[in-house]
Amino acid sequence: MTAPAIELKGISKAFGPVQANKDISIRVMPGTIHGIIGENGAGKSTLMSILYGFYKADKGEIFIGGTKTDIPDSQAAIAAGIGMVFQHFKLVENFTVLENIILGAEDSGLLRPSLSRARRELKALADEYELNVDPDAIVEDIGVGMQQRVEILKALYRQADILILDEPTGVLTPAEADHLFRILENLRREGKTIILITHKLREIMDITDTVSVMRRGEMTATVKTVDTSPQELAELMVGRKVLLRVEKAPARPGDVILDVQNLNVTDAKGVHRVKGISFNVRAGEILGIAGVAGNGQSELLEVLGGYEKASGKITVNGTPIDLTGQKSDGQSRRRRGIAHVPEDRQAEGLIMDYAAWENTAFGYHHDAKYRNGLFMNNAAILQDTTEKMERFDVRPPDPKLAAKNFSGGNQQKIVLAREIERNPDLLLIGQPTRGVDIGAIEFIHQQIVALRDQGKAILLVSVELEEILALSDRIAVMFDGHIMGERDPAQTDEKELGLLMAGMTGNPSQVSVKDIEENLAHAGTGKV
Amino acid sequence: MDLLTLLQLLDSTLRLATPLLLACLAGLFSERAGIFDIGLEGKMLAAAFLSAAIAAVTGSVWLGLLAGIFASLLLSAIHGLASITFRGNQLISGVAINFLAAGLTVVIAQSWFAEGGRTPQLAGAARFNPITLPGAEALRDVPVLGPIYYELISGHTIIVYLALLIVPITAWVLFSTRFGLRLRAVGENPAAVDTAGISVVGMRFAAVAICGVLCGIAGAYLATALQAGFTKDMSAGRGYIALAALIFAKWRPVYCLWACLLFGFLQAIALRSDLIERVLQFNIQSQLLDALPYILTVVILAGFVGKAIPPRAGGEPYVKER
Repeated sequence: MTAPAIELKGISKAFGPVQANKDISIRVMPGTIHGIIGENGAGKSTLMSILYGFYKADKGEIFIGGTKTDIPDSQAAIAAGIGMVFQHFKLVENFTVLENIILGAEDSGLLRPSLSRARRELKALADEYELNVDPDAIVEDIGVGMQQRVEILKALYRQADILILDEPTGVLTPAEADHLFRILENLRREGKTIILITHKLREIMDITDTVSVMRRGEMTATVKTVDTSPQELAELMVGRKVLLRVEKAPARPGDVILDVQNLNVTDAKGVHRVKGISFNVRAGEILGIAGVAGNGQSELLEVLGGYEKASGKITVNGTPIDLTGQKSDGQSRRRRGIAHVPEDRQAEGLIMDYAAWENTAFGYHHDAKYRNGLFMNNAAILQDTTEKMERFDVRPPDPKLAAKNFSGGNQQKIVLAREIERNPDLLLIGQPTRGVDIGAIEFIHQQIVALRDQGKAILLVSVELEEILALSDRIAVMFDGHIMGERDPAQTDEKELGLLMAGMTGNPSQVSVKDIEENLAHAGTGKV
Repeated sequence: MDLLTLLQLLDSTLRLATPLLLACLAGLFSERAGIFDIGLEGKMLAAAFLSAAIAAVTGSVWLGLLAGIFASLLLSAIHGLASITFRGNQLISGVAINFLAAGLTVVIAQSWFAEGGRTPQLAGAARFNPITLPGAEALRDVPVLGPIYYELISGHTIIVYLALLIVPITAWVLFSTRFGLRLRAVGENPAAVDTAGISVVGMRFAAVAICGVLCGIAGAYLATALQAGFTKDMSAGRGYIALAALIFAKWRPVYCLWACLLFGFLQAIALRSDLIERVLQFNIQSQLLDALPYILTVVILAGFVGKAIPPRAGGEPYVKER
C-alpha cells in the first residue's frame, strides 16, 4: 500500500487562549483531491499555515510521503514539495509573470539564465495543464484568473507535488472556476495531490475525492465525497441542522420605491464607472445585482448611500434625491428612508476599535431616543444595543466589546441590526454574507427575506451568484458599468449569468474562457 | 559666459553632486527594499565626523573612510533594529538618528579635539586629493576638448569617479541579479518574498547595510575631499536633498544621476551669484536657489511631471499574517 502524500498526526496550535487547532489528524493519499471545509475561524487556514511553515504547531507530527518531516519555514515546505496558492495572492504586482515565477527559485546570481529556463518550462507546463499565461505581462495588468494560474505555476515551477489552494474560487467567475477545476483535474491525473480549502459545499461535491470537515479547531469528520451530501456536510460544519435553501414565498411587488434613470458615475481618478444605467426596485421585492467585483456595483451603492457624486436621476418614493454631492451624505439618505449595509463592513460599516454599542448608534446618533439634550444618552444606546444583540443573536452578547473582536458574521449582524430596525423604505445591502459563516448566512438571508415580506424594497449587490439566485426576485447583471440584462431567477442559471458577468450574451457552449478573460481584462475589471 | 567659466561651473557641479549621488543611491537601496530612510542626513554627518577624526589622528584618509563607513553602518544598524526587528516607525527612527548625529558629533569633537566642535584641518595624505587623469596635461591645449577633459573630467578625487561608477553598478544589481530581484520584491510585496522562502528581515537588513556603506562614503567625502575637516552640521541638509532627488528620480538609478547633477548644479550656481547676475542681468537670492530642489520635488510629487510611485510596501514594517 502506498504511503499517504501527507499525514498529520495530532496537530495542535493555540494562539493565546484560543485553541485554533485541536489534535488534528488527517491522511491525504497521493493523486487525490482532498477538500477541507469549515466555517470561518474553524481553523482550516491555521492548519494549512502550519503545513506551509508559516506557524509552528505546538504539538503533533507531519509526514510527507511517509517520512517524518519538520517544516520550520516556507523554505522547508517548498523543499518538501508543498506549494500553496493563498486566497490573497502573493505576487509582486509590478513585476512580470516570469519574474514572479522565478522569485526565490532563481538558478544563479544572475537573472538571465533563470528567466530563459522559466520561459521554456512555462511553455511546457502550459501545454500540459491548460495553464496559459503571458510570461511578459505585468501582473497588475492581468485578470485574477490569470494571476491565480501564475500562483499555481509558481508552485509547479518549484517541483511541488502537493498543492494547497485556499478559497481559490472566491474571486472567479463561474466559467473561470470551471477552468480552474479542469486544471486541477489535469494535475490530479498527473499524480499531483491537491488540498482544496473552501467553504463552498458545491465545489467540494463537484471535484473532491475525500473531504474533511473542521469545526471550532477540530476535525469533525473525514468522508469519501461520494458517500456524503451537501446537507450532511453543512450539518457537520455548523453542528446543527441548517437550511441551505432560502425559504421564501413569491414576491408581491407594490409601488416603485427606487427609480434610477440614466445614472453615470465617474470616480475620483476620472474613470467612468457606471455608464448610463436605469432600473427600478419595487416595494416588497429584492432586486439582485450580480457581477464580478469592480464593474460599477460599488459605485452604484456609494451614490445611493450618499457618498459619491453622479449624474442622472434617482427618485425615492417619487421624489428625486440629490446627486451633486453638495447636500447629500449618509445622514440625509437615512432621513429619506434609505438604509445602507455597505459592502465593506470593516471599512464603511463599523469603526473597528469602537464598542458595539457605539457602532449601533452611528448614523442615528441624532435620534431623539439616543439624545439627552445636548448629550448622548449612553444608557439608552446601551440598552437598545443589548436588545438588538439578543434579537439578532450576536455572539458574544456584550455591547461593550470592540467591533474588531466579533467574528465576521457577528459584525455583519451588528450592522444589519442597526440598519434594518429603522424601518427603512429601501435597504441597500452589499455583499451581505462576505466572510460570514453558514449558520449566520442562514440567519442574515432570513432577515432580508423577512424585510421584503414587510413590503420593503431591497437592492442586493453580491458577487456570490448562489446568493443572488437564492434571494433575488429579479436579477440584473452589471459588466463594465452597464447593465447587461435582467433575468428572472426561475428562468436562468449560473451559466447564463456567468456569461453576462463577462459581458457576453449568446450560447454558453460556444464561448471559451479565453474570450471571457480577454473581455474582462479589456474592461479593466476582474481585479481584486 | 565663456567656455572656461562654464566648465568651472560644471566642474563644481560634479563635486557638489557627488555626496548627493552617493546618499541618493544609499536611499535607493534602502527604500527599494521598503525601508524609508530619513536618516541619510544623520548618517552622512556621523560619517563625516568620524572619517575626519580618524584621518586627522592617523594621517590616513583611507582609514578615515573606513571609520566613516563604520559610523554610518552603526546608525544603519540602529535604524534596522528599530524599524525591521522591532517594527517601529521608520520616520521616527530616522529623525532620531538625525538628532543623535547632530548632537553627538559636536560633543565628541569638542571633548576629543577641543577646537570648538571641529576636527583639525586635514592636509596631504589625510585628505582625498584630486587625481590628474592620464594625458590631461598634454591635451590641455587642444581646443574645446582639451579644456573639457582637463577642467571637467580630470582633476577630481577618487570618490567622484567611484560615485559615478556606482550608478551603473546599482542599475545592474537591481535589475539583472537575483539579489536585485529579491530586493525590489521585498519593497513591493514582502509577503511574496516570505512565501517564496526568502527571509524578509535578511533582505531588508542587507539593503539597510548597503545604504549605510554608501552614506558613509558620502559623509567621508564631505569632510575629507570637499572640505578639509569636520565642522558642525556640515552635511547641511544634503541628506534631505538626496531624498528629494530620489523621489525626483522615481527610485531609478540612472535618473538619480541626472537628478543629483541638476541639484548639484543649483548648488554650484548658488555659490556663484556673480555669474547669475552677469548672465541674467539681475540677482537671484541664493536662498531661492537652495530651496529649488525641494520646490521641484513638490512639483514632481504633485504629479505634474509623470508619476512618482514609491515602492508599495515602503514604510510598512512586515508582519507575517495570512
